[in-house]
Amino acid sequence: MLNKNTLLYLAVLAALLFAAQTLLNDYYQRILAVVAINIILTLSLNLTNGFVGDFSLGHAAFMAIGAYTSAVLTLPVASKATLMPDLPPWLGQLAVPFLVATIVGGVLAAFVAMIVGIPVLRLRGHYLAVATLGLMVIVRAVAINWTAVTRGAKGINGLPVFTDIWWAFGWAVVTGYVIWRLVNSTYGRAMCAIREDATAAAARGINVTAHRMLAFCVGAFFAGIAGALWGHLISAITPHSFSFLITFNVVVMLVVGGMGSISGSIVGATLMTLVPELLRSVETRLSLGGHPLYGLSQIIIAITIALVMIFRRQGLLGGREIRLPQLFDRRGADAVDRQASPSA
Amino acid sequence: MYSLPYIAQQIVNGLNLGSIYALVAIGLTIVYGILRLINFAHGDLVMVGAYLALALILNTALPLGAAVLVPMIVVGGVGILVERLAYRPLRGAPEVAMLITSLAVSSIIQNGTVMSLSAQPRAFRLPADLIAQQQVGVVSFSTLEAISVSVAIGLMALLTVFVTRTRVGVAMRACAENLRAARLMGIDINQVIAYAFAIGSALAAVAGFMWAGRFGSIEPFMGFLPGLKAFVAAVIGGIGSIPGAMLGGYLLGFAEIFFVGFLPPEFSGYRDAFVFGLLLLVLLVRPRGLLPTTAEREG
Repeated sequence: MLNKNTLLYLAVLAALLFAAQTLLNDYYQRILAVVAINIILTLSLNLTNGFVGDFSLGHAAFMAIGAYTSAVLTLPVASKATLMPDLPPWLGQLAVPFLVATIVGGVLAAFVAMIVGIPVLRLRGHYLAVATLGLMVIVRAVAINWTAVTRGAKGINGLPVFTDIWWAFGWAVVTGYVIWRLVNSTYGRAMCAIREDATAAAARGINVTAHRMLAFCVGAFFAGIAGALWGHLISAITPHSFSFLITFNVVVMLVVGGMGSISGSIVGATLMTLVPELLRSVETRLSLGGHPLYGLSQIIIAITIALVMIFRRQGLLGGREIRLPQLFDRRGADAVDRQASPSA
Repeated sequence: MYSLPYIAQQIVNGLNLGSIYALVAIGLTIVYGILRLINFAHGDLVMVGAYLALALILNTALPLGAAVLVPMIVVGGVGILVERLAYRPLRGAPEVAMLITSLAVSSIIQNGTVMSLSAQPRAFRLPADLIAQQQVGVVSFSTLEAISVSVAIGLMALLTVFVTRTRVGVAMRACAENLRAARLMGIDINQVIAYAFAIGSALAAVAGFMWAGRFGSIEPFMGFLPGLKAFVAAVIGGIGSIPGAMLGGYLLGFAEIFFVGFLPPEFSGYRDAFVFGLLLLVLLVRPRGLLPTTAEREG
């Protein structure tokens, strides 16, 4: 699939990243990296929540698994000896490259997703939402209590800062590519069929549980990757870094962009990373008669979501895709659009 | 092994915690039964109830009963308001739209509290004679616990009478069984849904008082865990079923207390993890819960 256009877009992205790296200061580069991480999170949540129509709220948990795994794997042997003296010896002697650590983190997250998925994904309805929230509570309890590996409530600090905009956008491109290929394969068609009518899909011979499981595990894998990237960007992780707030914000990005649209996820993640960042800087300066208004930006976001649900449930893109050629060629775009939009 | 008084003490504790879970689970289960909505904002009403109770205790000279009764009425009203503003416009929308909206409502309530009252935890202190431990036979408990548990059980008995003996109560069960058929029979489903939210929210406010009295401090995000655990209780009992929610609440309360009380102390940090592990186990072996409703059985 690496045709001429794809290579062109990648080259443009690389040029933009290079420009960003030379022109922007550290603060803006960090925000850009966070944008890319949020794109990964939103895309991966979209697979389960947008294309299969289940509703997972487990992204914070999968991020935590990815972040802790890669933290333990990448920390230099010398600092492990002082920070985590109780680590099993084979783990204490180990320091692997960042790429390997992120992938291991993702695989572990996907494995945990499978364990949760076995009892839950057979069921109708939104049991998955509660079970994945429960998973978040379980992961937090493990992170707090398994002090030999996680250092408990203190968390792990002094992680090497590996994540830069190249790593973040590199993984974002990989995530986008994998999910786009998956969604446009027979697997993806089956997933959309399950979303529209699970009974009819099963009657057509689609293994409903297996496809839901596939989407859930692939989503968890990339959430784990995103968690690893995030940990090595912030350089300190605690059990409380991965709260429900993170999951909620990813859901917001997904909903604003439009569930079931890959480009929607990218637009939603970008928009809902930058806008709150702006709001937050305003919020700290606002006050009402001397009373500070902390939490205002979060309230505005929440009200936005409620309004989106009531008045424009499909989100900005509503299951459609922006295709890059369409930006240059209106006629071809309409044809692509019609073909891509789901019957719903 | 464990002494008899110790075991009896654990049973008393389980009864107390179970009453809280049962009260919260009832609100979740009646709303889920009718609307198929997992109301994530329900736990936050527990928080609102606790804050209102604290405000009344600190600022007024009213008897303590008022600190339970007034929040019940106010939070019941909040429940109706939330339903009217956030969920009614979504009638007939996909379940997931309501689910997302309830997440948003939850965030609005939490951050609204942060904004108006700050995120600092506050001490929830009750008169000393209420929380003083009393020895009765082999067990000891506070007057507060005794009153809480009896009030909770009394309210549940009232609710049972309500749903089996009154017109609205029967209509409520009809809606849970089949919303469409109930509407065709001329039941005003908007009225029934408003009742469901009012009752569930009022019970959540009582649970808020009990929860705050038990743990001694309150903060804007305190509703998350009881809300989530109550959903686990509702699923264990069979979601949609009111007796199921009561049964599930008490079972979960006992299970959690016994887990902490009878296992070595190094496990006690995992008590929340244990609750959700239990959920996964129940979903694996008996996904429709202990007392499944007809609607869930067919669906």
